[in-house]
Amino acid sequence: MATGSIHTSKLNQYGLSALLVVGVSVGCYFISDLVGYRVVAFILLLCVSLLAILFDILPVLFAAALSALVWDFFFIPPHFTLQVSTTEDAILLLMYFVIALINAVLTHKIRRAEKLARDKEEREHMVKLYNTLLNSLSHELRTPIAAIIGATDNLNSNNSNLTPQNRFELVTEISKAGFRLNQQVDNLLNMSRLESGFIQPKNDWCDINELVYEVVQRIEENNSTRRIGININPDLPFFKLDKGLLEQVVYNLVNNAVQYTPAKSNINISAVCHADVLSITVEDNGPGFPHAEIDQVFDKFYRLKNTRTGGTGLGLSIVKGFTEAMKGNVNLENSATGGARFTIGIPAETNYLKNLKNE
Amino acid sequence: MIDDEAPIRKLLEITLQSNGYNVLQAATAKEGTITAASHPPDMILLDIGLPDASGHDVLPKLRQWYTNPIIILSVQHGEEDIIRALDNGANDYLVKPFRTGELLARIRSAIRTSTLEETEPVIDAGALQIDLQNRIVKVNAETVKLTATEYTLLALFARNEGKVLTHQYLLREVWGPGYINQSQYLRVFIAQLRKKIEADANRPQYITTESGVGYRFVAT
Repeated sequence: MATGSIHTSKLNQYGLSALLVVGVSVGCYFISDLVGYRVVAFILLLCVSLLAILFDILPVLFAAALSALVWDFFFIPPHFTLQVSTTEDAILLLMYFVIALINAVLTHKIRRAEKLARDKEEREHMVKLYNTLLNSLSHELRTPIAAIIGATDNLNSNNSNLTPQNRFELVTEISKAGFRLNQQVDNLLNMSRLESGFIQPKNDWCDINELVYEVVQRIEENNSTRRIGININPDLPFFKLDKGLLEQVVYNLVNNAVQYTPAKSNINISAVCHADVLSITVEDNGPGFPHAEIDQVFDKFYRLKNTRTGGTGLGLSIVKGFTEAMKGNVNLENSATGGARFTIGIPAETNYLKNLKNE
Repeated sequence: MIDDEAPIRKLLEITLQSNGYNVLQAATAKEGTITAASHPPDMILLDIGLPDASGHDVLPKLRQWYTNPIIILSVQHGEEDIIRALDNGANDYLVKPFRTGELLARIRSAIRTSTLEETEPVIDAGALQIDLQNRIVKVNAETVKLTATEYTLLALFARNEGKVLTHQYLLREVWGPGYINQSQYLRVFIAQLRKKIEADANRPQYITTESGVGYRFVAT
């Protein structure tokens, strides 16, 4: 079905076309004595034109043929025959059919042209996205590679001026670069998982306390200077959901807060259960997001206008993609104090500890 | 060490030799199986992505006769891959990239477990002591009251120190074959056990989580 036509199946379109033509014809039958059968032709033509706007070309051609027959049979004298008694009426009938045809074909053409224009626009948009990705990727991948090559060259150079402290620092840089590369590759792999459309959440009972503490531990191992607070009731129920996906979502949210807040900022993670919906909030006291850009933050490859370099714009779009794969939603707002507050809500079956006997 | 990537072999060779291990190297599954058969090693490090065969296929063949520890090193980090390897008899599974400190700890632990006496009566893990003969568990020298299930679970962990035990394995061993899909039981009992034996149940030192795979008891 051509885009732009209403979403009814082909068969429905034929049915509706027939229904409209018959309905209008019946209506016209009662007024044809009043207005004359030639006006009826115009009313029917109007119907066909309306159908052409809404439906595909074949049902419209069908409506055109049907209405021409109906007009001939019921309205052109002699009534209830397909015979046409005057030359004038014969020409009118022929013209009626041709105009109905032209109507149908023209609307079809216009629609096709529109679709082509839209496709072209989409393609251009994709090319632009692709270029953005290539630019940010080559930056994100080449920077750590440059650090590794530079540091190893330096260590290999037998430069006697290198103090043990220098050597230690160079090795640390290599290690950091490796970590960064690995993170970008993870992001890319996750993105391609999302793009492939084959994410099937594997749900199992999940201890949110355990998950959040693990994520925070992983982030703190990477020498974060942010103060990360966790505020979760130990009696929070278990949720039946995909732990791997949720872990990545929480990791990306906390990591995003770590990357884009000043050193020593506070990051607070909380989780609550409300009516079988798990709600996790990651809040920081950094500068927050510009209001004008909040809606675009989750778009693939989107980077804030005045952001520092680095980052691929993948992290938050993975958050959105994974959350939606779990039938949840993600929301961003600036808190009263101005920091960013991300909230994800995921509907899931719950299970309270106290419901299980401790045998 | 069976791995087709020369840089990884070089890295492992240096790491292992500098820590006092002798290393035999093989770049293919075929070469690896032959070397393992002609010079049976104390431990095998096996890669999954080998050029001539999948490590998943090599593992069960090795396990037909080889009883020492096998640790899998792989870039495949999917839970299915890990569980499959553990079910096929791997003692441990490390995802590349890994920290060399982590690898050495896993190697030490696998060797220690495999040479452990069958009837080790008391397991001493710092603040935690488990007396398997008298079924007594102490934390900071004070006896901790465990329920029967909690104790069974902890004893199972203690007998497999350092080894990842999968969710399914634990459910089957502690609750029985009918319970392998009742993972909420496991979650509850792990949480309760941690509250009783860990200093901070949210940052567990003894029973650590292997995400999506299972749990590991760490004694050191």
